[in-house]
Amino acid sequence: MEALVAIAIGTLTSCAVYLLLRARTYPVLLGLTLLSYAVNLFLFASGRLVVASAPLTDQGLERFPDPLPQALVLTAIVIGFGMTAVMVVLALRAIHATGGDHVDGGER
Amino acid sequence: MLLSLVILIPLLGAWLPTALSRALGVDPARTAAALAATSLALVLSQAPSVLAGATLVSGWSWIPEAGLNATFRLDGFGFLFALLILGIGLLVILYSRYYLSPEESKERFYGLLLLFMGAMLGVVLAENLLLLVTFWELTSLSSFLLIGFWRHDADARRGARLALMVTGAGGLALLAGVLLIGHVVGSFELSDVLAAGPVIKAHPLYETMLVLVLLGAFTKSAQFPFHFWLPHAMAAPTPVSAYLHSATMVKAGIFLLGRLFPAFAGTETWFYIVSGVGLTTQLFAAYVALFRHDLKGLLAYSTVSHLGLITLLFGFGTPAGAVAAVFHIINHAVFKASLFMAAGIVDHETGTRDMRRLSGLARFMPWTAALATIAAGAMAGVPLLNGFLSKEMYFAETLQVQWLGAQYWMLPVAATLAGVFTVAYSTRFVHDVFFGAPPQGLARVPHEPPRWMKVPVEILVGLCLLVGLLPGLIVDPLLRAASGAALQAPLPDYSLALWHGLNLPVLMSVVALAGGAIIYFARRYYFGLHGYRQQRYDGRTLAEGLVALALAGSRRLVDRVANASLQRYVLLLLLATLGVGFVGARGLSLAPLESSTPADALAVALTAALAIAAVAATVLHTQRLLALVLIGVVGLVVSLAFVRFSAPDLALTQLLVEIITVLLLLLAMYFMPAASPRESSGLRRARDGLVAGAAGLGAGLLAWALMTRPFSTIAWYYLENAKPQGGGYNVVNVILVDFRGFDTLGEITVLGIAAVAIVALLQEIKLAAPQRDWDGRPWAAERHPLMLRVLARPLLPLALLVSVYLFLRGHNAPGGGFIAGLVTGTAILLQYVAYGSDWARERLPWNYSTAIALGLLLATATGLASWAFGAPFLTSTFGYVHWPVVGEFELASAMMFDLGIYVVVVGVVMVIVGRLGALSGPVGRGS
Amino acid sequence: MNHLPIVPILLPLIAGSVLLLSTRWPATVRHAFSLASVVGQLAVAITLFVTVAEGPIHVYALGGWAPPFGIVLVVDRLAAALLVLTGIVACASLLYAVARDTETSAPRFHALFQFQLLGIQGAFLTGDLFNLFVFFEVLLIASYALLLHGLTADRVKAALHVVVLNLIGSGLFLLGVALIYGVAGTLNFADLARVIPTLTSADAPLARTGALLLLVVFALKSALLPLGFWLPRAYGAAAAAVAALFAVLTKVGVYAVLRVYPLAFGPQAGELANVAAAWILPLALATLAFGALGVLASQSLRIAAGWIVVYSVGSLLVAVALFSEVGYAAAIYYLAHSTLASAALFLVVDLVAGYRTSAGDRLDTADAMPHGALLGSFFFVTAVTVAGLPPLSGFVGKVLILDASSGHPAAALIWSSLLGAALVVIVALSRAGSAVFWRTLPRTDGVRVPRPSLAALAAPAAILGCVAALVAWGGSATAFAQAVGRDLANPAVYIDAVLGGGHAQPDDRRSLR
Repeated sequence: MEALVAIAIGTLTSCAVYLLLRARTYPVLLGLTLLSYAVNLFLFASGRLVVASAPLTDQGLERFPDPLPQALVLTAIVIGFGMTAVMVVLALRAIHATGGDHVDGGER
Repeated sequence: MLLSLVILIPLLGAWLPTALSRALGVDPARTAAALAATSLALVLSQAPSVLAGATLVSGWSWIPEAGLNATFRLDGFGFLFALLILGIGLLVILYSRYYLSPEESKERFYGLLLLFMGAMLGVVLAENLLLLVTFWELTSLSSFLLIGFWRHDADARRGARLALMVTGAGGLALLAGVLLIGHVVGSFELSDVLAAGPVIKAHPLYETMLVLVLLGAFTKSAQFPFHFWLPHAMAAPTPVSAYLHSATMVKAGIFLLGRLFPAFAGTETWFYIVSGVGLTTQLFAAYVALFRHDLKGLLAYSTVSHLGLITLLFGFGTPAGAVAAVFHIINHAVFKASLFMAAGIVDHETGTRDMRRLSGLARFMPWTAALATIAAGAMAGVPLLNGFLSKEMYFAETLQVQWLGAQYWMLPVAATLAGVFTVAYSTRFVHDVFFGAPPQGLARVPHEPPRWMKVPVEILVGLCLLVGLLPGLIVDPLLRAASGAALQAPLPDYSLALWHGLNLPVLMSVVALAGGAIIYFARRYYFGLHGYRQQRYDGRTLAEGLVALALAGSRRLVDRVANASLQRYVLLLLLATLGVGFVGARGLSLAPLESSTPADALAVALTAALAIAAVAATVLHTQRLLALVLIGVVGLVVSLAFVRFSAPDLALTQLLVEIITVLLLLLAMYFMPAASPRESSGLRRARDGLVAGAAGLGAGLLAWALMTRPFSTIAWYYLENAKPQGGGYNVVNVILVDFRGFDTLGEITVLGIAAVAIVALLQEIKLAAPQRDWDGRPWAAERHPLMLRVLARPLLPLALLVSVYLFLRGHNAPGGGFIAGLVTGTAILLQYVAYGSDWARERLPWNYSTAIALGLLLATATGLASWAFGAPFLTSTFGYVHWPVVGEFELASAMMFDLGIYVVVVGVVMVIVGRLGALSGPVGRGS
Repeated sequence: MNHLPIVPILLPLIAGSVLLLSTRWPATVRHAFSLASVVGQLAVAITLFVTVAEGPIHVYALGGWAPPFGIVLVVDRLAAALLVLTGIVACASLLYAVARDTETSAPRFHALFQFQLLGIQGAFLTGDLFNLFVFFEVLLIASYALLLHGLTADRVKAALHVVVLNLIGSGLFLLGVALIYGVAGTLNFADLARVIPTLTSADAPLARTGALLLLVVFALKSALLPLGFWLPRAYGAAAAAVAALFAVLTKVGVYAVLRVYPLAFGPQAGELANVAAAWILPLALATLAFGALGVLASQSLRIAAGWIVVYSVGSLLVAVALFSEVGYAAAIYYLAHSTLASAALFLVVDLVAGYRTSAGDRLDTADAMPHGALLGSFFFVTAVTVAGLPPLSGFVGKVLILDASSGHPAAALIWSSLLGAALVVIVALSRAGSAVFWRTLPRTDGVRVPRPSLAALAAPAAILGCVAALVAWGGSATAFAQAVGRDLANPAVYIDAVLGGGHAQPDDRRSLR
């Protein structure tokens, strides 16, 4: 399992980085989305992996996942959502203000 | 106290001339004079004790951590300079009153003059070396402002900047030197430093300190090769030149040499550097002075030359040399100031300072001519004038120098040669201007200046005579006190007699006088002085060239590097990250693959799906819709991963956020230019691919290493106390609303601000919606497909019910405010999609921004409630109530907090989507 | 129960939320309300400052959950000093915005201004790594909105860059948190300081990588090169009041460095001792030099002011990079100086540009501006301050840094770069000043332009007053800075204050398996 998650994180990071280096706002947006997936998975993984359980103490489970990273990731997801939303709208505003979707404004 | 007053009165009084003339119409000159006179009186009040050889030190500790103390020192040496600064200052104030034309701002002029006066007094009266440096820089600043007084004259601006650059650089060097001294001696107080001479001279850093300090002194006192700024400073009003650039400020460097004489002088290094520079400067400047056509230019170079002479005398490192230096400081200040004033009068009366146009003025202004002649005589070293005496001492000293060994004769010869030129240019100054045929083509007929404009000159020239005739009576006490203080040692025996019998020095004087006269009067036959064209290149050209070079260079560099390209900046950020990651992960131990817990087929399949989708989205990112769908798939797999790894809340949140994000991106895509051109070259893509690969590899390896390490955490505490302390079985939710509720508060604030920002970003924005999609298919006119409408209507109430359920159980089972809010949001969102924003806004007519604010306030209020029970912010409590139908039911204060969250989340989703929907509305209709 | 430590967070949070509801208020009421809020925050900051200056460290456990399990706010000398600094700059900027900046009367602006303060002050107060992340996000998103305020094209462009870079930065922050939590199992600063030194050599590389990733994030925030190139254009584009407030923003990054590394990765941190030191010094020197050249190269006053910020961050981080008691002390003093100086500079530049109608803030010949003498003297004093010339705080700060670095192996390099850069800045500013105030054409239009309002002048004047006070009472200022230096050099004080004799306590961590 760990290996798979590591592979997933690696792949997501690579794709994100490549997209972040593009010249248009849309791919950059996609890159940021992928980056947040990768980062959230990584942060989640810092609590190690536990299969077939839940951080619920009334289920009579004998072993629990680390609930703290889960809480942190949840916070991170929501913050990331807010940021992405702003970024999307900013990208639109940039097109409106500079007349193009190049990351440096305009058409270049 | 008294000493600080001497400085503070002019320094802090600098604004008074302006204030008083604005308020009461007092002549600024009078105010300035009054202040200067007060300071002078204070200084003179100490004359008896100082002339008796006493040293007054007073002050208070200021910034001990930096070694900077407000301590002041008045001994003979400082006293002499204070006298020059204030005495000549007063005369200059009087002189300027008639020199400045009515339309010039006298207020500003006198204010700046006082500022300089205070700063200069600070330099000469400081006991603490850092304090000295402080005032030192202040003199540079005020001189900058005074040179630039005639701001519309380009030369004035350039001269001012040049002076600031050169003296400012010197000041920085001096600062470094002083700091080193402080570290070597262990104190910045002069008394300690002067006593520590042996320590300093023995210290390995002696040369470094010496050079740094000398850089400060030489730049300030315009010593070769830093002399070039001074002639260009002559663009200042003549009173300023007389005061700052001949009598006082340029003497600051000399002052420093004298002040630190006991600590630094007397070594071979000192001798060769200081006397070498002094001699070069003296000779070179005396020669150049002869060829200046501008009166002030001639005086400027002559000043440089005389400063060189004084430097040379200090350079000898002998007590007698120091005495001669101090004596010449006095004499030069007196005759040079008067000469500048005379030049100013000529300029003032004739409208020109060009000696090629001037001549025979003696006819028109005999009295001024007489004064100028005497002063020039003093400069030339004519007997019975003060200049003669110090020059005799100087010549005598040149014969005594030990260091040069066999070449001892060079020094006297060079000195005599310099004397020859001095006589020559002095003669020119007098003869060209005042004698010969009457002047041709002057703007106006010259005549004697107003009475009071001459008085300062008369006083100074009078001093030249008095000192020259009765040195023992007039100047000796001051000279003794000053030299004694400079040397910090018993004085050598010297005599100020007018006649020592016929000896070598006298001979040298005779040679100088005769030679000078010959050179001047023979000029026509040997070289056409007036025809001489001044060389176009000097230090300024070099310095300004350097600045221009630096300017162009920095522009190119900055434009090249900080080129406002996001791709460049992102690359830099990523490379920096890779760099630190590479170094940081040194010695990373990777567990063998077996240590991974066994994976099943499903997991492998899902990972593969995720990888494929991500890579495909990256490769096909130009096909935007497809890329977006693929991103959606990735997000889906991620939330499945959360399910698999025992994080139900995360899975739910991820899923819902995913939906909304994708919808957002869809909307954005709708307004973005259809295709994104493939602009980056293959090489560029390869490079980016490399970076991406490295980043991915790094992240993967780190994740693997991290997950395979055994580890212990504080998290057990949450598992154990979630129910007993937090009243909930769902530990993640309890952490979110209780253990770490503070994070959550910040997080919903972020959401709220995001909504505000989005509203701001979308004001009066107009975006043309494409009529066709990227494959050229026209957008369907039918904007709200039937299917959706049929589905959407019943979905809303259902969704609301679900969210209530999720909300209530959130504390004990997956759910909670967030998830509930997101569900509600998504449901309402669907209405927008199905019926269009107008319809939706009619039926859901709430102001969501208000909702956000209220939600935030509710959450905050919940936290504040605990204050009532003397508990910290956000302390939760819970209890059980028996509800009729529902039965036993838990009520936690955290639920109010959670409600706040719910409201904010709903509000935010609505604002975001609502605004974007509204955006799409009118435009979408193809308007 | 003393709730004072959390007030600097609650006050702007509530004020901001209320201001969101203030759409129907008359502008004057709104201005009064938000001014009252910042003044209140300054008052609270001063109270906290006075109490911790002599007394013990305040620790406030949110929700009553004892550290390391809950989040704590920690008010020590460092945090308190930065709170006061923020309060001063905030008051001045807001006053200026109200008095002069016409575009900033919208309710939204005032709400965002409060949220910006919430983020900054939260970051200064928190004692928890992840909570620091949250407050970074708060202050970032508020700063995006403030930077964009007015929505001119170059603001939008600049904001796009800032947002993308910082979103990546946030990702790196989370990676750093993950790596550190993943081996240390805790998030509380004091607890980290206790655990990090005990890490095995197998865990060390992970923690080191985490620490360095955080360093990248902090460097991005504080505009350390090569990550700071975005700053001059962004700050230059922002509205004056916003730019002035942003002068504090860069210092949050510096604060984070001062907070985290001496405490958890200091000399006592075993395998991870001084992880950051080797990186910061050379980059700081580069930043210093490049910043100075940037000032020289600038063709407009606003961009020059932006580069001044970079330049001063460079000098500041040189002091930080010494990672010594005296170095910290110098850094604190210089931090206060540079923050105030750059804030004042942005306001003064805006005043000047406002009166040079024809040329704005560009450095080219234009008609002489009305009230040139008044504005000129303001500019002169500010320039003297930022250029580090006597008698103002820049000089003292420079002397302190030179002093602190005199023992350092690279002392010669540090001294020459500091002094050389200072000279370049002096030359650059004298050129700029003479171009704007001296190289002028006689005014063509006869119209009488009213003097800038007292309030508009009061804002920069107040800041310059504080700068002067930093010198006049330099003795106490530097003494306080030294106290901070001692605190940072002896983390035990902080750890014990938070964990109650933390060293003695048993390990709070257990394995979940």
